[in-house]
Amino acid sequence: MDLKDLYRDVILDHNKRPRNFGRLEPPAFSARGHNPLCGDQLTVYAVMDGDVVSDVRFDGSGCAISVASASMMTEAVKGRTRAEAEHLYAAIHDLLTRADAPSPPELGKLAALGGVREFPARVKCASLCWHTLQAALQGAAVPVTTE
Amino acid sequence: MSAAAPLAPPLDVERLRADFPILRQKVNGRPLVYLDNGASSQRPLAVIDAERNYAETMHANVHRGVHTLSQRATDAFEAARERVRHFINARSVREVVFTKGTTESINLVAHSFLRPRVQPGDEVLISWLEHHANIVPWQMACEATGAVLKVTPIDRRGELDLDAFQSLLSDRTRLVAMTHVSNALGTVLPVRQIVALAHARGVPVLLDGAQAVPHFALDMQALDCDFYAFSGHKLYGPDGIGVLYGRERLLDAMPPWQGGGDMILSVSFSGTTYNQLPFKFEAGTPHMSGAVGLAAAIDYVDAVGLERIAAWERTLLEYATERLTAIEGLTIIGTARDKASLVSFVLDGVHPHDIGTILDQAGVAIRTGHHCAMPAIEFFGVPATARASFAFYNTRDEVDRLVAAVTAARDMFR
Repeated sequence: MDLKDLYRDVILDHNKRPRNFGRLEPPAFSARGHNPLCGDQLTVYAVMDGDVVSDVRFDGSGCAISVASASMMTEAVKGRTRAEAEHLYAAIHDLLTRADAPSPPELGKLAALGGVREFPARVKCASLCWHTLQAALQGAAVPVTTE
Repeated sequence: MSAAAPLAPPLDVERLRADFPILRQKVNGRPLVYLDNGASSQRPLAVIDAERNYAETMHANVHRGVHTLSQRATDAFEAARERVRHFINARSVREVVFTKGTTESINLVAHSFLRPRVQPGDEVLISWLEHHANIVPWQMACEATGAVLKVTPIDRRGELDLDAFQSLLSDRTRLVAMTHVSNALGTVLPVRQIVALAHARGVPVLLDGAQAVPHFALDMQALDCDFYAFSGHKLYGPDGIGVLYGRERLLDAMPPWQGGGDMILSVSFSGTTYNQLPFKFEAGTPHMSGAVGLAAAIDYVDAVGLERIAAWERTLLEYATERLTAIEGLTIIGTARDKASLVSFVLDGVHPHDIGTILDQAGVAIRTGHHCAMPAIEFFGVPATARASFAFYNTRDEVDRLVAAVTAARDMFR
C-alpha cells in the first residue's frame, strides 16, 4: 500500500478547493450524512428539473477523502438523470469494495477513489456523500449515518 | 514469567518493552509505535501467562462447587479481589465489585444508587470533560426520573472551573460524577477539592478513573470519594474486566441491579434473599480469568512502580509537547497545567482522520476522532482531534517517529 494511491493529486486538489461547496435553499432537496467514527458531517442539496439533477451542492466538514469524494460527486451527477446517478452510485460502491471491480469509463475522475479500497477504514469516508445524495433524492427526512 | 523485578530508577524502558510481545512487530513495514494507550494499553507476558495459567490449571465456576478446581478458581478470584483492594487501599473487599469495565461500573451506580434516590427536579452534576460513559447513564437516569443533568464548564486550557462547580452544587444535587483524568484532553481534575466541596454539601461523589489508574497510585481512603470506576484493559490488564469501588455503607443500602446466580442467598417463589457484598452486585458467572489477569497486571505495575511510571511519562509528555508545538500549523487542544501523558492536537489543513491514516502507514498508532467525549472536543470548535497517548513503555525515539510522521502529513497536504 502506498499513501499516494489513497491521496492522489486529484483528491488532494478537490479537498483543498471543493467544487459546488455551499448550500441550496428549499425547494431543493437536502439530506444530512454523518460518520460517527470520525465526525464527518455533510449535507447534500439537490435541485431536480423533472428527472434531471439540475444543481447539486454540499457543505459540512470532513476528512480529505470525504470532502474530495463529495466534491467529485457533485461534478459527476450534475446534469444527469436520477437513473444515471443511481448507476454511478452502484459503480462507485463496487469500486470501493470489490477488488475485481471494473472501472467503467463513465466514472471518469471518480476512478481516483479506487485507492480507498486498500484502506478499509476509509471506505465509509468515500461513500458517505453518495449515501447522503441518495437520501436527498428520496426526500428522506432522517439523517443517514455510516454506522 | 513473574512480575517485573524492581529496577533502580530511572526506568529501563528497553528492558520493560521486552515484556510486551505485541510491541515486537512491524506494522505496514515499520516497527510499531503504539501511542493509543488511552484507548487500551498492551499486556505484559506476566498478564498473558497468568490468564493462561488460570485456564490450564484452575478453571471451574467460582463460589459453587465443593470440588478442588472450583475451590482453586474461587481462591484465585477472591485473591484478585484482595489484590485490587490493596492496590486502591479500600477498607474492605466488600467495597470491591468486579464489573465488565468502567462503563458498567458507572451504569451500576446510575441504576442502583441514583435512580431510587432522586425526585423530579433533583440534580446530577458532571463536567464538560466527561467521556460519554459518564454522561449517557446519567442522562438515561434523568430521563426516567425527571432529575436534571447539570454540567460544570471548563476554560480554554481544558481545566475545570472550580468556582462554577461550587456554585452549581445546590440543595438539589444528589450526586457529583466527574472524571479523574480527561480522556480527550489529558486534564487531571482537582479531585480532592471536588470531593471536599461536594461532601461539605452532603453530596456523594463518583469518580471515573479509567484514565487515571495507569498513571497514579490510588488511595480510596485518602481520596474519600464514594464511588470509583476503572477498567483492567487501560491498566495493562485484560479487557472485559473492571472494578467499581463503593463505600460499604452506600453499597449496602443499594438494591442489586441485575438478578441471577451468585447474587442470592436463597431463592423461593415467595421471595429471594440477596447475597452479601460484594456478591450482591455480581450476578452470573463473573470474568474469572480476567480478574486473575487484572491482579497480575497490578503486580506488574506495582513492581515497575507507579511513581517511576509517572516520572517517565511526564518526561515523555514534556518532550512530545515541545516537539509537536514546534510543528508549524499544529495546535495542541488541552493545555491544562496538570496533565496526564497524552497530547490531543489538530493540524491546519489536515483532518485528524487523514493524520491517522498517514501515521498508520508509518507504523504509528494513534486515536483520531471525538474520543467518545464530543462535548469536550466541540468546546474547542473542532469536530475531531488526533490524540497520542503515552505509556511507560514508550520512548523518546517513538516521539520522534510521531513527529516525523505528523510533519510528513502536513507536507503531503501543502
